[in-house]
Amino acid sequence: MKNLLIAALLLCSIALWAQKPNAAGILSAIDKNMTSGSSKSSTRMVINAKRSSRSVESVNYAQGTDKFYTEYTAPPREKGTKMLKVGSNLWIFNPGTDRTIQISGNMLKQSVMGSDLSYEDFMEDTKLTEAYSATVDGEITYDKRDCWTMTLIAKQKDLAYHTRKLYVDKERYVVLYERLYAKSGKLLKSIKSSNVAKIGSRWYPRYILFKDELKEGKGTEYFIDSIQFDLAIPAATFTKAKLKK
Amino acid sequence: MFKFLLKGVFRDRHRYLFPLLMVSSGVLIMVFMLALVNGYMDSFIRQSAGFETGHLKVVTRAYAELLSQRPFDLGMLDIQDDLTQWKKTYPQLDWVERIHFGALLDIPDADGLTREQGDVAGFGVDLFSSDRERKLMNLDKALVSGSIPKQPTEVLLSDRALHRLKLKLRDPVTLICSDVYGMMAFKKLVISGTINFGVEALDRGAIIADLSDIRNMLDMEGSAGEILAFFRNGVYDQKTVNDIRDDFNKKFSNSDDEFSPVMLALSDQNNMGTLLGTMQSLLGIFSMVFIIILGIVLWNSGLMNGIRRYGEFGVRLAVGESKRHIYWTLMLEAVIVGFAGSIIGIIFGLLISWYFNIKGMDVSVFNRNSTLMSEDIIYTSINIKTALSGLIPGVLSTLLGAMLAGVAVFKRQTSQLFKELEV
Repeated sequence: MKNLLIAALLLCSIALWAQKPNAAGILSAIDKNMTSGSSKSSTRMVINAKRSSRSVESVNYAQGTDKFYTEYTAPPREKGTKMLKVGSNLWIFNPGTDRTIQISGNMLKQSVMGSDLSYEDFMEDTKLTEAYSATVDGEITYDKRDCWTMTLIAKQKDLAYHTRKLYVDKERYVVLYERLYAKSGKLLKSIKSSNVAKIGSRWYPRYILFKDELKEGKGTEYFIDSIQFDLAIPAATFTKAKLKK
Repeated sequence: MFKFLLKGVFRDRHRYLFPLLMVSSGVLIMVFMLALVNGYMDSFIRQSAGFETGHLKVVTRAYAELLSQRPFDLGMLDIQDDLTQWKKTYPQLDWVERIHFGALLDIPDADGLTREQGDVAGFGVDLFSSDRERKLMNLDKALVSGSIPKQPTEVLLSDRALHRLKLKLRDPVTLICSDVYGMMAFKKLVISGTINFGVEALDRGAIIADLSDIRNMLDMEGSAGEILAFFRNGVYDQKTVNDIRDDFNKKFSNSDDEFSPVMLALSDQNNMGTLLGTMQSLLGIFSMVFIIILGIVLWNSGLMNGIRRYGEFGVRLAVGESKRHIYWTLMLEAVIVGFAGSIIGIIFGLLISWYFNIKGMDVSVFNRNSTLMSEDIIYTSINIKTALSGLIPGVLSTLLGAMLAGVAVFKRQTSQLFKELEV
């Protein structure tokens, strides 16, 4: 009888251990979905400000996690504005003034095109597995999907967000809901993702709602109209010379 | 009786000379100080109104809540029709549209890449259609080098910022900021001149551009961050201001709409009401202190006079004049001397004030570390109120001195009078 009880307890422990997921493994699976060798996308950003809504369209190229190139195609006032990020440098080209300006310092905290995204968000390029240590807090059903709830704590000091709380789709390893906090514990942003689609071998959200919790407004809707992964992009795309072309 | 007292006072040099000198000197100082302080207040109101507040200001309700931040993105969009209506409704006011903005000034190198960057506080004002803004902002006086912009894309930059950013006149610069919708906005400009207002907050990094350039940059055609209104006669009168403000808000403002216009008086902005109230209180305190100090001095003078006139009072009491009557004649004498002294003081005070009203007084040494907007040359302000403000304390202080000194009359013992008079 005693041996039976020990065996039952042992089995229960094994079952519980087996149920608890590996946090690092989840992050790795998320990174696998969200990052790629290269990508090209056409996106629409609908900025729902306090007074009005505006739509900004762009074509974006990415190479790895540290090279991005964006060209705005609409509205007419923004058409031809280009943005290039290489490593920790960010440049913006304005066709009206024919000037290429480096964005640095406090400007990085400004919003991109009036959206709920800052240039700092745009600059953040490290994989979750590299930047954060994670713990799985529990489970939740969110947007009719079974999710893991996770807490991520920054490993590095210079990250824009010290803590992230995530709801991760258990099956597709896509972050469906995320709250981003400062080190003080203040909620800075929230991100909701939906319309998750299978693109090649990965799951990817086609709609993301960014909300800067420090300002009024209904947030910025981000529509990924088309996206291609792992395609060949000319190296010249990620040079400053490309900005003026 | 009055004529008798008048002759009595002015035929006895000891009775009038010292009190008259004291009162006239005190009133002179007081009239001059009041004229100077009023001149300083006028200068402060003029500067603050011209730069920041207007005599009245119209903004949106949302803008008003964050007034110190001057959030142009909460400004008034497509406002021209409304403005035309306001101009018709209040013909006594002169209106100017402005946009205040914060921006990054980017200086290119020879290849067009960023060489230097610096934060600037921008003013979009109408520089070309009239010289009204030039006068309101004292631009001609503030100009250190170069010239006032004559054509679009020319701007004025603070002299200190020009040197800090290693710039020269006619250098091209690019202004970068967010437009009214939060989009990144750029504007290529040329520095036509440099300015120095003598106000730390502005001299650190102000840039002044024509309103049309800033409207274009910020995507605010036909719009304004704020609209300032000034009385055409230039005189700020708090009651009239309050009446217009209340009438405007009743007619044109809707409390349920955060982008509805709301009119603010100068005193409603930047704690100006408290500041002006404090200045008025200080003037009141100054008058009180003056009365008390001069009263004490004249009390002493009255006591000395009482000793000198000890015998006279004794005789008057002895022949049957009541103590109360003697006391009242003393009061009346004090009023005569106080009035005469005050008139002399007022005349000389006004003469000195008039000199500084014409020539002005250089107070730049006191403004070096000041964050308040005041001019370096203060012109005294002379008016009837200033003159009369000296008269009342002048008479009151003499009366107070005489009242205190005259109490000694009531301490005289009638039974002792003849004994005292024998002595």
